[in-house]
Amino acid sequence: MTPEQIIFLIVAIVTLVAGISVVTSRNLIHSALWLILSLFGIAVFYVLLDAGFFAVIQVIIYIGAIAILFIFAAMLTRRVMQDTGPQSNSNWWLGALIALLLLAGIAVVLVNWQGFTSLAPELINPSERINQLGLALVSPDQYVLPFELASVLLVAAMIGAIFVAGEKKQ
Amino acid sequence: MNFLTDPINFIANWLGNLLLNFGMSQTLVTVILKFIGAGLVGMFGFSLVIFTIWLERKLYGRIQDRLGPNRVGPWGIFQTFPDMIKIFTKEYITPIGVDKIVYNLAPILSVSAVLLTWAVIPFAPTIVGTDVNVGVLYLVAVGSIGALGIILAGWSSNNKYSLLGAFRAVAQVVSYEVPMVLALLIPVLLGQSMGVNSLVKAQNVWFIILSPVAALIFFTSSLAETGRAPFDLLEAESELVAGYQTEYSGLKFGMFYVGEFLHAFTISALMAALFLGGWRGPWVEQVPILGVAWFFIKTFIVYFVVVLIRISMPRLRIDQMLNFNWKFLTPLALVLLIVTAIVEKAFIMIVPSLQLMEAAVPWVRAGVHLLMNILIVWITIQLLKSHRINAVRVVAQPRPIAVAPEPPASVIS
Repeated sequence: MTPEQIIFLIVAIVTLVAGISVVTSRNLIHSALWLILSLFGIAVFYVLLDAGFFAVIQVIIYIGAIAILFIFAAMLTRRVMQDTGPQSNSNWWLGALIALLLLAGIAVVLVNWQGFTSLAPELINPSERINQLGLALVSPDQYVLPFELASVLLVAAMIGAIFVAGEKKQ
Repeated sequence: MNFLTDPINFIANWLGNLLLNFGMSQTLVTVILKFIGAGLVGMFGFSLVIFTIWLERKLYGRIQDRLGPNRVGPWGIFQTFPDMIKIFTKEYITPIGVDKIVYNLAPILSVSAVLLTWAVIPFAPTIVGTDVNVGVLYLVAVGSIGALGIILAGWSSNNKYSLLGAFRAVAQVVSYEVPMVLALLIPVLLGQSMGVNSLVKAQNVWFIILSPVAALIFFTSSLAETGRAPFDLLEAESELVAGYQTEYSGLKFGMFYVGEFLHAFTISALMAALFLGGWRGPWVEQVPILGVAWFFIKTFIVYFVVVLIRISMPRLRIDQMLNFNWKFLTPLALVLLIVTAIVEKAFIMIVPSLQLMEAAVPWVRAGVHLLMNILIVWITIQLLKSHRINAVRVVAQPRPIAVAPEPPASVIS
């Protein structure tokens, strides 16, 4: 085995264990911490796939922003340090069903996808990759529509947040 | 390449060849060398802290008209070693009701987050831990892990003052990340790269000359990230005992302490690398190891300013601090980013028609950017003047506290 394979296996096991622990852990903050570990594992996968930009973005957005938001919300809303409430509500079977269906769907798509079995083509000019990504996001032939839609959604969310949180003028 | 001009790469090459001759594969040798390098950089960071703690205490002492540490070694330079041994022997107190795993994890996280930063700092043209091509983003990512350490420390301690400290930490560290990232984008824009080493290479003219406002925003917001005075709201001892680190003792407290000092030094190093030209200096092309000297001279100059600010500034109030961030630094950084982008693009389009000399181009570019920066500063000052507080609102009339009682009539007569 090459060192890369060993690292892959270790990280894969850690990520999976962390992912399972997110749902089985009794304590909300512990769940959030396991989530951070599993997200970190995914960032390591990005590094192994030679996609440093995505790895770093994964850490910034998912760990630096979203996970910290989770922890903060849990700290503010729950009674700190206490495991209150049942672990799952009455809709747990629906959630499990949807998760299973999603997994099956992704599996079907991946099995039928050619790229799953073939080796990835070598990317030319590695230092220009981020540049290409940026150009692809704004070029009309490629991803400008999803990009703009996402931007509009984010702006709407921000305005909504300001409206909800802002002081009401009498 | 020989030993005298570039010792670190010389040793690394020698070791790599030795391991290859033992029959190891190339990838395994690379992994081993990276591990050794990471260990060395970490050790170097920690041993540097031993020195900076002494330096800071000495400066602190001199400014407060004291001598500072002066017993152990010449000028007290070895004072940190007895302190270290003392902190090793202290008891670990684990209060009832703490979340044991998280409680022990938090100090490690907060130190390692700072130490991870050192992986991408270029000490010399050839001495870089890893030249990640998204180095600047990596710095931001690692910084957010430090915030996580503080939050977890505050939460797991089962103490309301710790928790309040953690709340403030989120408010402060996460908010100040916004102007910091925006200010970091300006070197990226000017250097047209996100790797820290290539940013240093791009600084024919130091970026602090091109964009002093960005340097100032970055400096201020990273000072706030370190959580030291004047931004030490997270551990304000007059309000919160010691904030998030109240319940920690012994080496666990020592970890936070070391993390804080190392963070202060790290932001100086980043400032030096991103805005002050890093290892750039005379004769670096011939003797790469000289870059280390230039780099550390610049770093220590910035570090001196960091310490001076810590010593001489009073603590801010939390609402003032957040207002300063959201209503001043962030808009300023946004405006600066837009203006810099437009000026840079316009300059690239116009410059072929100007027919300048090859050597003059970077200086002309620097001049244009500097002018725009001065303009932004001037407009900002004018805007601030229009919001100046002209008079303090009078809330109540002063009332004499002690009034002499009327003497009894018998005394008068």
